[in-house]
Amino acid sequence: MPRPPTQLPQFSSVSDVAKRLSAAGYLTDKQIATTVFLADRLGKPLLVEGPAGTGKTELAKALAAATDAELIRLQCYEGLDEARALYEWNYKKQLLRIQASQASADGADWHSVHDDIFGEEFLLSRPLLTAIRRTEPTVLLIDETDKADVEVEGLLLEVLSDFQVTIPELGTVVATRRPTVVLTSNATRELSEALKRRCLYLSLDYPSAEREREIVLSRVPDLAPGLAEQLVRTIRALRALELKKSPSISETLDWAQTLLELGLDTLDETAIGETLGVVLKHASDQERAAAELRLN
Amino acid sequence: MAMPAAQPAAPAAGPAAPGGLAGHLDGFVRAIRDAGIPVGISQAVDAAEILTVVDLLDREQLRHGLAAVLLQRGNQRQIYDTLFDLWWPLGDRPAAVDADGDTDGSEAVTLDAPDGEGELDPAQRLREELARLLAEGDEEELARFARRAVALLGQTAPSPSGQSWFSYRVMRALSPDSLVSSLLEGLLAGGERGGMAEQVARGEIRERLKSFKDAVDTEVRRRQADERGRDRIAKSAVKPLADQMDFLRAQQGDLAELRRMVAPLARRLAVRLSARRRMGREGRLDFRKTVRASLGTGGVPVVTHHRPRKIHKPELVVLCDISGSVAGFSHFTLMLTQALREHFSGVRAFAFVDSTDEVTRFFSPGADVADAVRRIGREADVVAFEGHSDYGNALEVFADRWPTVVGPKTSLMVLGDGRTNYRPPGLPVLADLVQRSRSAHWLNPEPRRLWGSGDSAALKYAEVVDMVECRNAAQLADFVTTL
Repeated sequence: MPRPPTQLPQFSSVSDVAKRLSAAGYLTDKQIATTVFLADRLGKPLLVEGPAGTGKTELAKALAAATDAELIRLQCYEGLDEARALYEWNYKKQLLRIQASQASADGADWHSVHDDIFGEEFLLSRPLLTAIRRTEPTVLLIDETDKADVEVEGLLLEVLSDFQVTIPELGTVVATRRPTVVLTSNATRELSEALKRRCLYLSLDYPSAEREREIVLSRVPDLAPGLAEQLVRTIRALRALELKKSPSISETLDWAQTLLELGLDTLDETAIGETLGVVLKHASDQERAAAELRLN
Repeated sequence: MAMPAAQPAAPAAGPAAPGGLAGHLDGFVRAIRDAGIPVGISQAVDAAEILTVVDLLDREQLRHGLAAVLLQRGNQRQIYDTLFDLWWPLGDRPAAVDADGDTDGSEAVTLDAPDGEGELDPAQRLREELARLLAEGDEEELARFARRAVALLGQTAPSPSGQSWFSYRVMRALSPDSLVSSLLEGLLAGGERGGMAEQVARGEIRERLKSFKDAVDTEVRRRQADERGRDRIAKSAVKPLADQMDFLRAQQGDLAELRRMVAPLARRLAVRLSARRRMGREGRLDFRKTVRASLGTGGVPVVTHHRPRKIHKPELVVLCDISGSVAGFSHFTLMLTQALREHFSGVRAFAFVDSTDEVTRFFSPGADVADAVRRIGREADVVAFEGHSDYGNALEVFADRWPTVVGPKTSLMVLGDGRTNYRPPGLPVLADLVQRSRSAHWLNPEPRRLWGSGDSAALKYAEVVDMVECRNAAQLADFVTTL
C-alpha cells in the first residue's frame, strides 16, 4: 500500500501540543495532549469519542487554530451520501451548457461539449474532496460520525487510508498535502472495526475537577475563583447522580456565564434553584437533583 | 515471560524482560486480549510504533499513547489501566522518591521511631496523615500515600509460601470511612449542615475515598504480582466488561453500569425499527412538485419527486417476568422498555409473576426507572396467589383481559426464564398469541444449556416461539441488530 503523502510533524513534543492548544483557548490534559501529539506524529486520523458537550468539536477547532490551518467540516447526518460528502456534478449547469450549445447556430460538436461539461467548472466540491485538494494546512473535521450510515464509513475508509479520490470522468485526485483529520462520535452506535483500526482513539470524558475549574476560569475570566470552585463541585455532584443527561462542560460554562450575568456571588440553594434550568434540561432531572441535593 | 520478580523497580520499560521491550509489549497486548478486549495485529504493530515515538521515561505518556491504539471503546479503559499498572509498574521505592520530593517530613513515619511526639502508633499517625490528604484532595499525593500505607500495613507475616499483601489490612488499620464526619466538618468550613452544601461535600468525600481505595488496590496488586507472577494476578484483577456481565448475576453496583448501556441500545432498536419504515420503494409520484423542480433545469424533469409513504407505526408489546428469580434481568428489560417508550408511542408493557397486569402507565416518558420498578412491585396486580412464577396462568390472564392487544401489526416480546415451578406452561395460549402477532421473540436470560433442566419449560416454549439466549447486554445488542 502506498504511504499517504508525508508531511512534517507540526508539534515537537507533548508539552508543545499542550502549550499551543492552550494558547488557542483549549486546555488539555495529559491524555489529550499525548494522543494529539501521536496523531500528528504518526499521521493517523484521530477519533474522538465521548458524551455530548465534552469539547470534541472544540478540540478540532483549537487544533486548526494552533496549527494555522483552515478547518473544513463535514457534518454527518442520517442519509449523508457521496454527493454531499465527496463531490457532485452540477447537472443543472451541465444541462444549460448542452442547451446553450444546441441553441447557438455554430453547433459545437458533441465531443467538445462532452469534454467541457465534465470539467472543473461543473464540479461541485464537497468537504472531503475540498480537504484533499487544498495545498495549505488543513484540519478536516468529520463531526458526529456515528450519525452517518454505515455506507459512509466505507467511503471514509477509502479517503482516509490513501488520501485520494477517484472521479471517473476526471481521474484520480491525490492529496498534495495530507490534512489533519479529526473524527468525532457520540458513541450512539458502534463504528466499524475497520474505521476504528485506522484511527487513534481518544475517549473524552468529563474533565477532572482541577481541569474543569481551569477551563471555567479561562473561558469566563470575570468569575470569582471561589465561585468557580463552588460551581465545579456542584456540577460534579450533579454528575454523580443518575441523570438522563449529565451536565457537560459547555453547560458548566453556560452556568458560569449565567451566574456572572445575574451578579450572584455565591452558589447557595436559592441561586441554584433559580438557575438549574441552565444545566439540566429535563424536568425529571431537575426534580431528581432538587430532591437529592436537598434544594428545598 | 514474567520479568524477574526482584526487578520491578526498573523504570517504565524494563530492559530486563526476555525478548526486550518488544517482548514485554507483546505480553501486555496478550494480557489485554485475554481480558476480552479485541486487539488486532495491526494495532499491536501500531503499539510498537508508539514506543518509538513517546517519551518512555514519562509513564503517563506511555499509558495514554498505548491506549490510543489498543482501545476502541471508552468502557475498556478501566481494565486497561489495571493491566497497565501491572505491566508497567512504578518503581518499588516510593519512600526514596518521597525523600527527594516530599518536604513535609512524612517519611518520619516510615523511618524514625516515635520521637517524643507521644505514644502514637504508626497506624494512628498514618491515619492522621490520610485525613489531611483526603481533606486536601490532591490525587497524586494520595496515591503516593497509598503506596506507603500498603508497604507498612498491608503485609501478612512472612510464611514459607512467601509474603502476601491485602488491601483489607490497610483499610482496617486506617478505617478511612470513619474519617467522613471530620472531613465533612472541614469541607463545610463551619457552614450549616443538612443542606445542599453537605450533599455536595459528601459526594466529594465519597469520590476521594474511592480514589484512595483504588490506589491501595492497585498497589496491592502490584506487590502481589511481584510475589506470585503477573499473569495470575492479571486474571483475577480484571472484572468482565459491562456488556459481558451476566444479567442474573448483576450486583447493585453493576446495575448503574448496565443502565448507562440501555439508552444507546434502545436508540439503536428504535432506529432499527424505523429504518424499516424508511427503506424500500418511495411513494407515488408527486407530479406537481416534479414539474416545479424541472423549471430549474430548463423544463427537463431530471429529478422526480415522490409523496412520502404512509408511515407504519410499529407496535411493540413487552411481556415481562418480574419474579424474584430473574430480578436482575427484568430490572434491565424494564429499563429497556422505558427507553423504548421515549422513542415510540406504540409500546405497551405487561408484567407478570403468576398473574398479569399492564404496567405501561408507570413508564410515562421522563419517569424514573428505579421509581417505576418500585411502584410496579407495590401497585401493579401481578401476584394472584403466592408470588411464584406461573407462566400458564399469567399467559391466560393476559390473553383474557387484553384480547386485542396483540394483532397483525404487533411485535411481541416475552422476557423471562421460562421456569414454571412445574405448573402447566400454557403452550396453546402462547402459540395463539404468536400466530396472531407480526413477529414474536422470547428473550431468555439463562444459558442455553440450562434450558429444559428442572422446572424450565424453555425448550417447550422454544417450539412455538423464537427463543433467544440473552444473558448479557452484548447478546441483547446482537439480537437487536438481527431484528
